[in-house]
Amino acid sequence: MTPAVRRVDVLVVGSGPAGLAAATRLATAGLDVEVLERDQQAGGVPRHCRHGGFGTPWHPLNGPGYASRAVRAAENAGAAVRTGVTALGWADATTPALDTVGAHGHERIAARAVLLATGARERSRAARLIPGTRPAGILTTGELQQSVHLFGQYVGARAVVVGTGRIGHAAVGTLRRAGVAVAALVTDRPAAPRDLDARLRLGIPVLTRTTPAEILGSPRATGLRVRRADGRTAVLPCDTVVLTGDLAPDHDLARRGALLLDPGTRAPATDGASRTSRSGVYAIGNLAHVTWTARMAAAEGRRVGAVVLRDLGAD
Amino acid sequence: MTVSRTGPLPTTAYDLTVVGAGVVGCALARELVRRAPGARIALLDAADDVGEGTSKANTAILHTGFDAVPGSLEARLVHEGSRQLAQYAAESGIPVEPVGALLVAWDAAQRAALPGLAAKAERNGHRATRIIEPDELVATEPHLGPGARGALDVPGESIICPWTTTLAHATQAVRAGVDLHLNSRVTAVTWDGCGHHVATAGRGTLDTRWLVNAAGLHADTVDRLLGHDTLTVTPRRGQLIVYDKFARDLVRHILLPVPTALGKGVLVAPTVYGNVLLGPTAEDLDDKRATHTTADALDRLRAAGRRILPPLVDEEVTAVYAGLRTVTDQDDYRIDARPDQHYVTVGGIRSTGLTACMGIAAYVADLLADSGCTDLGRARDLPPVTMPNLGEAFPRPYQDPELIARDPEFGTIVCHCERVTRGEIRDALATTIPPASLEGLRRRTRARAGRCQGFSCGAAVRELFGRGNGGRA
Repeated sequence: MTPAVRRVDVLVVGSGPAGLAAATRLATAGLDVEVLERDQQAGGVPRHCRHGGFGTPWHPLNGPGYASRAVRAAENAGAAVRTGVTALGWADATTPALDTVGAHGHERIAARAVLLATGARERSRAARLIPGTRPAGILTTGELQQSVHLFGQYVGARAVVVGTGRIGHAAVGTLRRAGVAVAALVTDRPAAPRDLDARLRLGIPVLTRTTPAEILGSPRATGLRVRRADGRTAVLPCDTVVLTGDLAPDHDLARRGALLLDPGTRAPATDGASRTSRSGVYAIGNLAHVTWTARMAAAEGRRVGAVVLRDLGAD
Repeated sequence: MTVSRTGPLPTTAYDLTVVGAGVVGCALARELVRRAPGARIALLDAADDVGEGTSKANTAILHTGFDAVPGSLEARLVHEGSRQLAQYAAESGIPVEPVGALLVAWDAAQRAALPGLAAKAERNGHRATRIIEPDELVATEPHLGPGARGALDVPGESIICPWTTTLAHATQAVRAGVDLHLNSRVTAVTWDGCGHHVATAGRGTLDTRWLVNAAGLHADTVDRLLGHDTLTVTPRRGQLIVYDKFARDLVRHILLPVPTALGKGVLVAPTVYGNVLLGPTAEDLDDKRATHTTADALDRLRAAGRRILPPLVDEEVTAVYAGLRTVTDQDDYRIDARPDQHYVTVGGIRSTGLTACMGIAAYVADLLADSGCTDLGRARDLPPVTMPNLGEAFPRPYQDPELIARDPEFGTIVCHCERVTRGEIRDALATTIPPASLEGLRRRTRARAGRCQGFSCGAAVRELFGRGNGGRA
C-alpha cells in the first residue's frame, strides 16, 4: 500500500537544538516547515540535561528550560513540531521525501528540502568492546539522565564514571543528585583542569591514563576492573558503570539515503554549508559534528536556514 | 496452565517432570502434553525464565545436518528435527530465513577437504551441495576477503530466532496444561521405587512418577543426584560479536569455516534481526557460569572477521555475548533411559540442539513409552500459537497500517533502533510466559537490543517494564 503523500517546503528530522533553530529561521521566512520528533516530547538531548550551561551568560538556562524555549520559538515562528513520529526511510533514491509512521499511521512527506538533525549518541559498552559479564547497571549518560530526570528511577548505590569530558562531569552531577555515590572517575587521558574540581571539591578519585578492562558481576555489576597505562590492574567495586562521551553520529537515515559519509567520523559529509551529497538534503548539528554543544548546534541551525532559503530561491 | 516463579511447588504429584526449560526441555514438554493430554506434567528450571542457558546464546542457525557424523543419533535427530522445526516455525511465526551456507576454503588444505565434506553431506542425505570456484564465490559474496580458494555451497542451512523457538514451545506446552515452575533449581532427587521426590533450592519438593533430565550443561549434575556417574559435561565457551544492521548487506550466506585437524574456525552469519554475527570461539572451561567475554577472544574474533569479510569490522558493534555449549567424551548425543528408575537423561545435546529439539522431543517421548510410561499415547494436535514476529524478513507491527489503525500503540515506536512499539511491549508483558527481567523483555520484543543499547530508549523501556523492579531488572 502506497501511503498518502503530503507536501511541505522543509522537513526537519530531529527536534534538538540544531533542528529547532533551523525550523525557527525557515518558518520565520514564511516557509511551510515541519519538524519530526520520534520521541513523545520535543527538545532533544537538552531535555534531560538538568545542569546549567545552556542559554547565554546573560540569560542562563538549564537543559529543559533551553529545550522548551527552543520548541516554543519554532512553534511561534509557525513551524509544526510533531512528536511521536518516526522517519523510517526515503521514499525513493533521489528526492527529498520520507516515509513516516506514528500513532496516526503511515504517511509519506515530500519536501523541497530535508534537514537531518538526528544528533549523536554515546557508544555502548558493546561498541567500546569492554569485555566481562553482562550485568544490569551498565549504562550511558543518555540513559542515566533520562532514568533520573524523566522517570525518577532507581539507578544504583555506587558508580564508576568512565570518561572525564564535559559529559562525564555532567554524569557525576546527575549521579550525585540521584543519591548515587561516585566511586571514581576513569579516563585514558592525563588530568584536565575540570578533573581537579572533582578531586578537590567533591573528593572523587580521578584515575588518569586508565581504561576499563573488564566488567564484573552478575546479574548486577559488582565491579569494574581497570588497567593503568603501565599495565597494572585494579578492581573498583561498584554496582553501576556510566560510560560517557565517545559519541557516534545517529546516521541511520543518512545511511539509508546512501549519503556520502566522512570516513573518519562516519557522519554525513557536507560541503561547508551543511549540504550533503544528496540534492536537497542537509545535515546539521551533532549528526554532522558529533561533539558540538547545544549553542554551536543551534547557531548552525540558524546558518543553514539562510543556505536553504538561498537554495530554494526564497531569500 | 500455570507459570510460577515463587512460592512452594504444588503438593499434588506429577506424572511426568522435565528438568530444564531450554529449547530441548520446552520442546519435550510440548511433545509430552501432545501425547499425554490427561497427564500432569511439570517443567522445571533453575533460572527465572525459559531458555536462560545455552538456548539464549548460540549462533542461531537451523542446520541441515550435512556435516553430522553419519549414522549417529545426532545425525538422525538433526535430520528429522530440522524439517519439523522448519515447518513448526512457519506455522508459529518463528522467523527463519533459508539463506544457505558457504564453507569457504582459505588455503589448499581446506580446499582439498571440500570433496570429502560433500561426500559426507551425501551420506547424511544432503545431495544438493556443490563446490563452487573462486570466481563464482566472489560474484555471490563480493565483500569476501582476498584469498578464498573456493567453497562448498550448502543450500538449506537457515538462520532462526532461538528465543522465539524456545518461547513458542514453552507457550504451547503451558497453554495445553504443562505447569512451568521457574526459579526451581533441583538440589536432590530421591527414588522410592515408584516415584521421585525432587527437592529444589527455595521452593520445596515436588513429587513425580517419571523424571526427564534435560538440564543441558548441568545434566551430569542431575544424573549424579540419581546416582549415575557416567556423564561428564564440559562447558565450551563461544564468544560472539553482533555487528550493526548496516553490515547486513555485506553478506548473503552463512559463511562457515572448513573444519580441519586444527579445529573449527569462526563463522560469519546474518541474523534474522538483520545484524551480522561473528564467532564463536571454542574455549573448553571448568566453570559452567563463565559466560563472560574476554579481550583476547574479541581481538582474535575481530582479526578473523577482518580476513573473512574485511568491511565488517569497520561497522559498529551492537552486542557482544558468550554462551556455553555442551561437550562430552563422545561425538554424539547421550540419551539414556533407565526404565527401572522411571528416568531418562537427555545429555550431551551439543550445538545442534536448537536444530534437533523437536526430533529429540519425539525420540525421548518414544523412549519413555518403550520404558513403560503408560501415560503416553498417540500425539494430538495442539491449538496453534502465533508468536510475535522479531524477524526482518517478515512484517513487523510498525509496518502494518491496518494494525496501527486498529491499535495506535503499534504505531508508537519506543525502541527506535529496533523499531519496537509500545503495543509490542505491552503485549509481551501480558503473554502466557511474561518476562521476569529487561533481558527477558528484550528476547521477546528486541527492545533495547539495537545499536544504542538503551542510550535513547533504555529508561523508557524500563519504565514500561515496571517500576516495581527497583531498577534492578
